Amino acid sequence: MQYEVVIGLEVHVQLKTKTKAFCGCSTEFGKEPNSQACPVCLGFPGSLPVLNKVALDYALRVALALNCQVQEYTKFDRKNYFYPDLPKNYQISQYDLPLSRNGFLDIYIEGKAKHIDIRRVHLEEDAGKLIHRDEASLVDFNRTGIPLLEIVSEPQLNSSQEAYEYLTTLKNIIEYLDVSDCDMEKGSLRCDANISLKKRGVQELGTKTELKNMNSFKAVKDALEFEIERQTELLGEGEPIIQETRLWDEKEAQTVSMRTKEEAQDYRYFPEPDLTPFIISQDKIEEIKKAIPELPREKMLRFMRDYGLSEYDAKILSSSKKYAEYAEECMKASNNKNKKSIANWLIGPLASAASDHHCAVPDLKILPSELVKLVEMVDLEVVSNLAGKTVVLTEMINTGKDPETIIKEKNLIQISDTSALDNIVDEVIKENAKSVNNYKTGRGNALMFLVGQVMKKSQGKANPKVVQDILRRLLK
Amino acid sequence: MVMERELYKLTAHKLIEKLNKEEITSQEVLNSLKNRVEDIDGKVKAYVRLSGSPFLNRTPKTEHQKSILAGIPISIKDNICTEGLNTECCSKILEGFKPPYDATVIKKLKEAGAAILEVKTNMDEFAFGSSTENSFFGSTHNPWDLECVPGGSSGGSAAAVAAEEAIFALGSDTGGSIRQPAAFCGVVGLKPTYGRVSRYGLIAFASSLDQIGPITKDVKDCAILMNVISGHDPCDSTSANIEVPDYTKSLHNDIKGIKIGIPKEYFIAGLDSEVKTIAEEAIDKLKDLGAAYKQVSLPHTEYAVPVYYIIATAEAGSNLARFDGVQYGFRAQGTGHRAQGLIDMYKATRGEGFGEEAKRRIILGTFVLSHGYYDAYYIRALKVRTLIKQDFDEIFKECDCIVTPTSPTPAFKIGEKAADPLKMYLSDIYTISANLSGIPAISIPCGFTRKGLPIGLQILAKPFDEEMLFRVAYAYEHNTLWHKMKPKL
Amino acid sequence: MAIDKETVKYAAHLARIELKPKELEKLSQQLQDILDFIDQLKKIDIKDIHPTSHILPINNVLREDCPRESLPSEKTLMNAPVKEGNFFVVPKIIE
Repeated sequence: MQYEVVIGLEVHVQLKTKTKAFCGCSTEFGKEPNSQACPVCLGFPGSLPVLNKVALDYALRVALALNCQVQEYTKFDRKNYFYPDLPKNYQISQYDLPLSRNGFLDIYIEGKAKHIDIRRVHLEEDAGKLIHRDEASLVDFNRTGIPLLEIVSEPQLNSSQEAYEYLTTLKNIIEYLDVSDCDMEKGSLRCDANISLKKRGVQELGTKTELKNMNSFKAVKDALEFEIERQTELLGEGEPIIQETRLWDEKEAQTVSMRTKEEAQDYRYFPEPDLTPFIISQDKIEEIKKAIPELPREKMLRFMRDYGLSEYDAKILSSSKKYAEYAEECMKASNNKNKKSIANWLIGPLASAASDHHCAVPDLKILPSELVKLVEMVDLEVVSNLAGKTVVLTEMINTGKDPETIIKEKNLIQISDTSALDNIVDEVIKENAKSVNNYKTGRGNALMFLVGQVMKKSQGKANPKVVQDILRRLLK
Repeated sequence: MVMERELYKLTAHKLIEKLNKEEITSQEVLNSLKNRVEDIDGKVKAYVRLSGSPFLNRTPKTEHQKSILAGIPISIKDNICTEGLNTECCSKILEGFKPPYDATVIKKLKEAGAAILEVKTNMDEFAFGSSTENSFFGSTHNPWDLECVPGGSSGGSAAAVAAEEAIFALGSDTGGSIRQPAAFCGVVGLKPTYGRVSRYGLIAFASSLDQIGPITKDVKDCAILMNVISGHDPCDSTSANIEVPDYTKSLHNDIKGIKIGIPKEYFIAGLDSEVKTIAEEAIDKLKDLGAAYKQVSLPHTEYAVPVYYIIATAEAGSNLARFDGVQYGFRAQGTGHRAQGLIDMYKATRGEGFGEEAKRRIILGTFVLSHGYYDAYYIRALKVRTLIKQDFDEIFKECDCIVTPTSPTPAFKIGEKAADPLKMYLSDIYTISANLSGIPAISIPCGFTRKGLPIGLQILAKPFDEEMLFRVAYAYEHNTLWHKMKPKL
Repeated sequence: MAIDKETVKYAAHLARIELKPKELEKLSQQLQDILDFIDQLKKIDIKDIHPTSHILPINNVLREDCPRESLPSEKTLMNAPVKEGNFFVVPKIIE
């Protein structure tokens, strides 16, 4: 492609503090409209804001986890514009002295690291919700004032895939920090993108368009891809790119111009006189740093080291904090034996079961000690792999019973004892002369067919490996 | 023995004494005041929406008589939020607004046993003004000369106290709005140190300059009120966490050795000659009482007004953006107002709902913050503000207080300055610097012009040194009779 | 500095205030006078002077993350010029 893609992402994350940024209203989601508001977040005349100390702590936690330089002296500013979801017609945000700047995170594309600089991370307040009708709009101020973190990347992402990776990596880190639900559907994570194209080798950036209204990471990727195509086509025809805001239309799978009179907004930022400035001491920074847990990448590398997992497997297990914690509990419960098997079970059968139940693996509520037992029993061939990952696992999930009980109750103990199996094998050989013949004349599939017949006759309880050995021995 | 009918004439502290002793009841005080208002407010027009609301809905509780404020009614400026009672900043755009909460000062007054009057006092719309001529409800008249303005923006409160149709009152001061009307009306008015009194519930004009303060018949009443309303408020991030002394303890008539600074920049051309003479006599009186004085300089005085009109309008423009017809107040709607669509609704509502001065200040404030002008105006003004504050810091290294006339002129005639906004702005020249520097200041009556208009003397002190203000003000008052004189109405 | 009618009109638009033609005329003149007056600030040397945006020397005023009751929705909507159920109603945003 003769054009280089340049993408910058602006992510807004709702912090899961108990109360709003500047008042004591609850931040609980989904309440009756306009039932979670007060004079402060409603911007009633005479009301004044007071900053939530946990919002500040959470913001610092994210800033430090993203390797930012924390501003020792930081303040809030008013961003002035008129909109019905903004009760004061200004938003308390941060302008020239934001909480933190100059951070970075690394994304990994096909194993290779790429360093993405983060321009700034700052705190601000959320606006309300608008419901659009034909002739009017309805306003609900419950969401007004919930603390938001704005995370702005430098325009260093060069493909939709990189953008996607950036978002998943960022989300993962923030989840680990336990400061937000990061749920795009609920609106606790939002993303806007800026994208432009430039000719390879040229320094100057092209005209950028801003993309909004993407409600999932996939939508971000799709929107970017559409926009890359659109801009490429325009540039190919010698048409200029208009600097504008475009909305992603999920249904039609295209970006659409907002077509508003694109006057550059003059926000008339000035220091918020109703809030004091904030001085972040070194002690505070150290205190926050201590509260940062092992982050996803570190955990992944450690899983690879400690449990001998592949990067692929380790990445899956560390993809969510709860999942990783559950995995570690299972490893501990096994005294670090069968690590690879346990990992495989967590990534394979348990993940499938979780998917079927529309939940996460830890929500299946299987006790680590019991998973370990099941894995052990399969590895020792007490029960077949197939039975273990289907019948036993399902029973464990549905009834909460332990694996040994289930295996006994359902009579699933695998028969591995050759003397017990000899008779059945003999019978099958006698009943399947044709297949026996096929086997002896070198058609290898016949062996598996005969194994299958033994499995049938033993109601699945025969150990297939042992059966194979017996067959080979008897048919020599 | 004071007749019940005449109870309205007494100071709050005198009434408290009688109420505590149960010589009178708070109902009697209220009745007396109500009758007085009915008698003369038609001439003075200190109160707004008088016919619209009951004077005081709730019967004063007898148990309050033993409390600090003993059930005495207090008159509140129309920009201080009182739960369930109309609070409209004397503006059309806030018509009908009933706040769902009490300002912190109102809470404190209630806890101290005061009875909050339902009718509010008149003011310049959103406190934009120095004459109370910018009220949606029309002008208040100076009780000393009904053809003159009472000053502004707390003109209603000052006129009510002067005309004895308020026992005591609260006002707000952003550039002189308590002190200047107090001077024009011959009463006491104090602007606390910024952060001394909570701003929570004060409908904001300029957030870094506003303070609520008392307007009273004498210095003792002022001290009593300051005791009640001062103090840290966790709802106000800009309220200071500094202990409140008992201000009445500063009322001991002794200013021997106190060092007073007289800034030369306040006694130059532009100062009315009568005001000059009277102010100088007052300063001589302070000298007679034992104070020492020296001439000092506040070199950046002349820049205070331009600095103020940049900072105050910038903050006001932003603070008033919320008045848009969405959640409360006036909304322009229907075909008569051509409002179609949201932006038209905003523009029509604000175009019609705001008065001329309000529009002027909002637009000026928007301009000085706009792209390309922010550094030249707003940032520059913030820097000059630093210089103005430093001037005062220097003086207070050697002086305990500073004394000046409160206003360069006595009360002017209604309509005299209304057509010239700039002329009106310049009348704030002596009061504005105290707001820019955050220091406390009081105005006390110190004489009358030949035509019988009151003149005010302003005393300024270091941050959080209201005690100094009370000490000097009380000593002066105790040894003069200005505060005892009342207008003939 | 000179402030022309277009600038005043733009500032009024930013502030969402509708001005009638006569108002615009009058206001432009008045604002010009006021700005001329304000321009005297240009005389002052402000090099190395720090701007004062907060007059009280206090920092770090914070509050605990403890929920308290919100206003009941009736009180929130009590003053609303136009409402529907528990919502505030605003005219459509016309482009």
